[in-house]
Amino acid sequence: MTDSIGTLRLKTGLAEMLKGGVIMDVTNAEQARIAEDAGACAVMALERVPSDIRRDGGVARMTDPRIIEQIMETVSIPVMAKCRIGHFTEARVLEAMGVDYIDESEVLTPADEEFHVDKHAFTVPFVCGCRNLGEALRRIGEGAAMIRTKGEAGTGNVVEAVRHMRALMGGIRRLTILGPEELMAEAKNLGAPYELVRMVARDGKLPVPNFSAGGIATPADAALMRALGAEANFVGSGIFKSQNPALVAKAIVRATTHWQDAKIVLEVSKGLGDPMKGIEISTIPEAERLQGRGW
Amino acid sequence: MPPVGVLALQGDYDAHAKALARCGAAPLEIRRVAQLDGLAGLVIPGGESSTLLNLMRDEPWFEALRAFHARGASLFGTCAGAILLSREVRHPAQESLALLDATIERNAYGRQVDSFETDLAVSVLAAPLGVAFIRAPRFVQLGAGVEVLAAHADAPVLVREGRVVAATFHPEITGADDLHAWWLGTLA
Repeated sequence: MTDSIGTLRLKTGLAEMLKGGVIMDVTNAEQARIAEDAGACAVMALERVPSDIRRDGGVARMTDPRIIEQIMETVSIPVMAKCRIGHFTEARVLEAMGVDYIDESEVLTPADEEFHVDKHAFTVPFVCGCRNLGEALRRIGEGAAMIRTKGEAGTGNVVEAVRHMRALMGGIRRLTILGPEELMAEAKNLGAPYELVRMVARDGKLPVPNFSAGGIATPADAALMRALGAEANFVGSGIFKSQNPALVAKAIVRATTHWQDAKIVLEVSKGLGDPMKGIEISTIPEAERLQGRGW
Repeated sequence: MPPVGVLALQGDYDAHAKALARCGAAPLEIRRVAQLDGLAGLVIPGGESSTLLNLMRDEPWFEALRAFHARGASLFGTCAGAILLSREVRHPAQESLALLDATIERNAYGRQVDSFETDLAVSVLAAPLGVAFIRAPRFVQLGAGVEVLAAHADAPVLVREGRVVAATFHPEITGADDLHAWWLGTLA
């Protein structure tokens, strides 16, 4: 038979390989090297980490391909990059470069306020953010091969990541106790495709891997998100905005693997120096919260 | 069923555990060296070999896995697992367990857009096996004592040397359980 490429199994398959790991935001080759040496299972190539995007304001776009290329040349682990929500041309550029995963991300300024990218049309896999089950299933319906909860990127405050993971997992658990006749009404309420709702009700889990993002700053944060149901963690500003990035990166990798073992989380939490400063969510005006981007 | 485990430091250990469970085994997730005691076999899953290697430096994993092999237990590595088991790793060079007399090159087929699914004829199985190659490595040299159980495009992709079996592909994510069932059958 002829070999097939770009299948959903290959797309979710790479996400399976990232499970139990940490995907770190990096802005240059040097940071990418630090991330890989600390045990990152992948890196997200960015021009600025989310906390700087938040501070600088303006329009945040796809990263300069030259920066992404330099990072791809530096590390042997998968390299991801972000495109703006709905910006399928940025996505085509990233695919042409050979990035391993595209994050259609609320951290960048949306290019389209109505429509997300048709991710089925690509060979490269996509990850998308969500705040709840309905949003997760809409993105999966569009072809996302991995879901991450949005949290509130660039804050170093895990509260929104927790809120979104609890909402997602609670939504999944609820589907498993509904009767078959209740599922269409639930699909309507969730604004989610009926077939996916039936699948989740049957399996008690999303049909694609489910990771966490948006506010993880400490090893204990990373272990907490695993305990709440995250199969891996994205860490953005939390590493390279801390006092000791290499130490914090290594510790977060350990806490993500050994999240059930509090003694290991304890050991790796010692002497890390100052974590990133962090922002109280209520001080961020509603319009400036990244999580509200996309639907 | 023999007691088996899946190395669960990072990677698709859950997919392997589910495949083994569908074959009737009760696999344990192994995250600490001490958990190897009493196992007849261990799967080293797919994932990132550099991440696994990094986490394996926290405990004496290398000594423990070599002793595990020496006492008669079996190892089955897929993709990153095959890289860790090989004697020499290239692209880039990295440390490995050297329990399989092979040289292996990482990411030898390209990036994720070059990942592919195919049906493989496997010498020890009756029916073709539907498998996935994901950012796969390639064996570039095998020792005389290494038996090739399957090849794709002239490259060996499934090999065995004594109690070590290594695949550059993933049988665990396509639901092709025949290879897991065969491996369980080889355990003492």
